This record gives sequence, structure tokens and C-alpha cells, in this order.
Amino acid sequence: MTKKTKTMSLNFGPQHPAAHGVLRLILELDGEVVEKADPHIGLLHRGTEKLIEQKTYTQALPYFDRLDYVAPMNQEHAFALAAEKLLEVEVPIRAKYIRVIFCEIGRILSHILNVTTQALDVGALTPSLWGFEERETLMTFYERASGSRLHANYFRTGGVHQDIPLKLVEDIEKFCRSFPKIIDDLEGLLTENRIFKQRNVDIGLVTKQEALDHSFSGVMLRGSGVPWDLRRSQPYEVYKDLDFKIPIGKNGDCYDRYLCRIEEMRESVKIILQCIEKLPKGPVKSIDGKITPPKRDDLKQSMEALIHHFKLFTEGYRVPEGNVYTAVEAPKGEFGVYLISDGSNKPYRCKIRAPGFSHLQAMDYLIRGHMLADVPAVLGSLDIVFGEVDR
Amino acid sequence: MLENLKKLEKKINGELASKISNSLIQYDELIIEVQCEDLIHVVQFLRSNENCKFRQLIDIAGVDYPEDEKRFHLIYLFLSHEKNTRIKLITKFNIDQTVQSLTKIFPSANWMEREVFDMYGIKFKNHPDLRRILTDYGFKGHPLRKDFPMTGFNEVRYSEKEKKVIYEPVKLEQNYRNFDFESPWEGTNYIKEIKNLEKDDKKN
Repeated sequence: MTKKTKTMSLNFGPQHPAAHGVLRLILELDGEVVEKADPHIGLLHRGTEKLIEQKTYTQALPYFDRLDYVAPMNQEHAFALAAEKLLEVEVPIRAKYIRVIFCEIGRILSHILNVTTQALDVGALTPSLWGFEERETLMTFYERASGSRLHANYFRTGGVHQDIPLKLVEDIEKFCRSFPKIIDDLEGLLTENRIFKQRNVDIGLVTKQEALDHSFSGVMLRGSGVPWDLRRSQPYEVYKDLDFKIPIGKNGDCYDRYLCRIEEMRESVKIILQCIEKLPKGPVKSIDGKITPPKRDDLKQSMEALIHHFKLFTEGYRVPEGNVYTAVEAPKGEFGVYLISDGSNKPYRCKIRAPGFSHLQAMDYLIRGHMLADVPAVLGSLDIVFGEVDR
Repeated sequence: MLENLKKLEKKINGELASKISNSLIQYDELIIEVQCEDLIHVVQFLRSNENCKFRQLIDIAGVDYPEDEKRFHLIYLFLSHEKNTRIKLITKFNIDQTVQSLTKIFPSANWMEREVFDMYGIKFKNHPDLRRILTDYGFKGHPLRKDFPMTGFNEVRYSEKEKKVIYEPVKLEQNYRNFDFESPWEGTNYIKEIKNLEKDDKKN
């Protein structure tokens, strides 16, 4: 006699704490084994790309904070680089260092969130409580530089908005000296933790070839042993002058990706320390008055500055015709902006390449044949943030 | 970097001469234009050829030019880890043409094509599951087309009367105002002509 089995459909989300946002995952289960997963996304779709087409380049930048909202400045960076490439403006060296410092802070922000919430998904509460304290400190650095904790709007075409105060540099350095100890603590809680390992080792395996086929990038690619990091292979800003390692996984499972993220945080700390040591003096934005706004003081004295200011905040600047693709190594992977300009003051088209989109797409094949309880573990290690997946 | 790209451009043009309608290097990025019938062939070549090895599809971007005869453009972005280069493949077509799906070659094209379909209404032949992806269930229209208004057609709210979420036509307290701030001085044609003449003079 053969047993008749029936599969069951289970609706996971859209409101589920382990869905990391608003993901509706329709699972087909045979007992506890997942046979098929169909992610429904778009519940956080805000039409960023459409909105950007209606805004000037300056006004378009804040939308990038709202994509991957755990590492806002990394996103801004990609857009700023794209506009700079079309405009062919030179960014002052100090601005480049400041950008790198804040991008790496963003990377730590994102990785802390991911590592600790992944632990939370598999049952460990403490790491997230410890981790969020550090995130708070990092977000005050964001606030002291840009005025806001999350939606920074700090990077501008041609540099950054404002110079950072000396005291802030000292405090960031102090943080970098103490932070490795916190990583050690987190690792003490997780790395050799029996339950954490049982839930993550050999779960969500990705081979090299599959990682390439599914357009994986960032940790998802490196976790499977592909040595690829845009900061090293296609360096932008000052990354080629900095000394850092690129951690690579061996097995391509959730555990290796966790280890990669931990190591990347250590490397980020090293990068920030090097930047602080090398941080040169000088201007923080391009001196081209047609692109960057004048100083407040000049407004009262110089007619030209006044005109520039007025024109920049009404018309904005015009960007020469052309199309470019620029990518940065965001914490989650390759974040790219494909920008088409028609020569006016607004982008004609701005396609945002979000790493999470491709990663989530692979969910079906990653989870097939796994148990239901592995779904949150795999989802956690994909590092999904719906702001960027849905755009 | 630039020299490598030039070499690559030459090689691709040499091997696929009849299929490439145009190629150029702009801002250190190589763009190749192909007819949409040849797309699959060219992509397969780019993926497998020894000199190319573009084994990762980064993204597919649609663009809408309502005035053009070939209204839609699709831009395929590829990355080669081995050669550390990128390439952009562009194909232009009009509204009633269908494009071959790349899902057989790159599984990741699945969602990217669904997104293009959702946003522009471009249909892909042989796509396994061409549904909307980012917009709402039952959404009508294709929002990234240039003739789709930014404020949309329908809005959603919770109705206290019906005790459920309802859809109704967009009502705006104030119409969406799109100010044209573009400078009339620099924008006027005769000024542009003078500027171009000056540029030419400088070059000569």
C-alpha cells in the first residue's frame, strides 16, 4: 500500500518578525520539508525610480538613504559616483577619505544588524541587545556628521555636505579601538555556540557556479569562495591606498557567511583607523561653483555666490548627456546605479541595482528540501532589507 | 583599463560582425547594440567565449523613449570576474515586439525580466513565470512608462464604513506641480549654437 501525501501551503509573512520586513513567502510543505518557496515582494514598493525621474540630482540623493536603510551612506555613494562620472568632477582627497570612513561605518552598522538578527532568528537574544548598543554609537557618528541618524543625505556630487569636526574624528578612533573587543564578545556568544552551529552549518549551501548564475554579490559570493570585492577589484575612492583583507568562505553555507561578516567588521575597523591616520586637510567638496553650493559667508558678500546658490537650489545642475553604470561594494553586495542623463537637470532614467533583489530571488532554490525551521536561518543569512529589494 | 576595453570591442566586433549594429566606449564603459532577434546568440557568446567570460548578469534596465519609433530600450549589464570587466548590451524595439527571455542562460534573469515586464509591459518569450512583481496585486498599467503620471491613477485607504481597504481614484488637494526651473538663458537654442561655435573654435 502506498501512502498518499498531500502538500500544504503555508503563508509566511508579510508580518512576521523573521521575515526581516514585509516579505510574503508562500511555502509548499510536505510535512516539514519545504518543496517550493514563492516570495512575493513589492509590499514596500515606493516607486523610487519613478520619483527620481521627476527630481533634480540634488533632490534625488535622499531617496538612496531610504533604500537599504541600515547602511544609508553606501547607497548615496553609488549615486554620487554616477553623477560625478557624468559630470567629470574631481572630488577633493579629504572628501574621499571621509566618504570611505562613513561607508565603512555603514558596513559595520549593517553587519551588526545582520549578524545579531540572524542569531535572533535562530534563538539567541543576547547578541542583538549587545549589538544594538554599538549601532546606537555609530548612528550618533552619522548624526554628528550629517544631522540625522539614519537618513543622512550627507554625500553630495563633488564631495560631502560638510566637514566633520575634529572631536568626531577622535571619537570614531576611540570607538575603533574598543570595538574589536565587542566583536570578540559577540563571537564568544555565537561562533562556537552549539545551537547556533546546528542551525547554520550546512544550511543554505551555495556552490561557486550557482552563486555566479544567480547574480550573487558581496558576502553571498565570497561565502562560497569566490574572491571578489569591488573595493579591491575595481577600486573607487581611496580603497587602493588602504590595506585590508577580504575574508572568503569555504563551504558557502549560512555559517560561513556569518564568519565572513564578522571578519569584514574587523577589516572595516582597520580601514577606518587607516583613514583617520591618513585623513588630510583641505576642502570637502568640489570647488566648482556650478555644482557645489557656496559657503554661507560668501552669500552675504559675493553676488556670484548668491546667483550660484539660487540657481543650484532651483534649477540644480545640468548633467551632460550619456549613460553610466557605477557600482559600489555595499554591505549586502554590489549596489549599482545605472544613470541615463538627457542633458537636463533631472535624470532621464535611474535604474537601481539592489543586491538583495537577486539574493531573495534565489530563495526558492536555496530552501528547497530544507526544513521549515531553516527558512528563517537562510533568510537571515541572505541579509535582506526590503527597502532596497522593493525600491 | 581602456586599452583592454578597446581590445575587447575589436574582438567582439570581429567574431560577431553581422550581429552587432553598433558599439562604442563612453566613460570607460563598453556599450554594444544588438538587434533583439540576435540577443540570445550574442549573450551566449559573451558568456562562453574565452576572451569574454561574462558569467554574471548584473541587471536588466528598461528605458522608455515615447517619441522614438523603437520605443523601448533594454540594457543588459554583464560582469566578468575572470577578466574584471563590465559590458553593456543594448537592444531597441517597438511596442509590439517580444524579446527572448534569458532565463535559460541566467536563472537570475527571471525576476529582472518580471520587473521589466511589470514596469514597462515588455513581454518576454519563453519566460517561465511572467507575473507582476513589485506592484500591487491587480495593478493596472506600467508605472515606469513616461506616459504614466507620477501620482498614479488609484489610491488606497482604509474605509471605516466598509471596514476594509478600498481603492479609489486619486484625489489630490493640490495638483502635482512640476516646476520647470531650467534656465531660459542657457536653454535657448541660439545661445547653445553660439556656445557650440565657441567650443569648435577652441578645438581648432
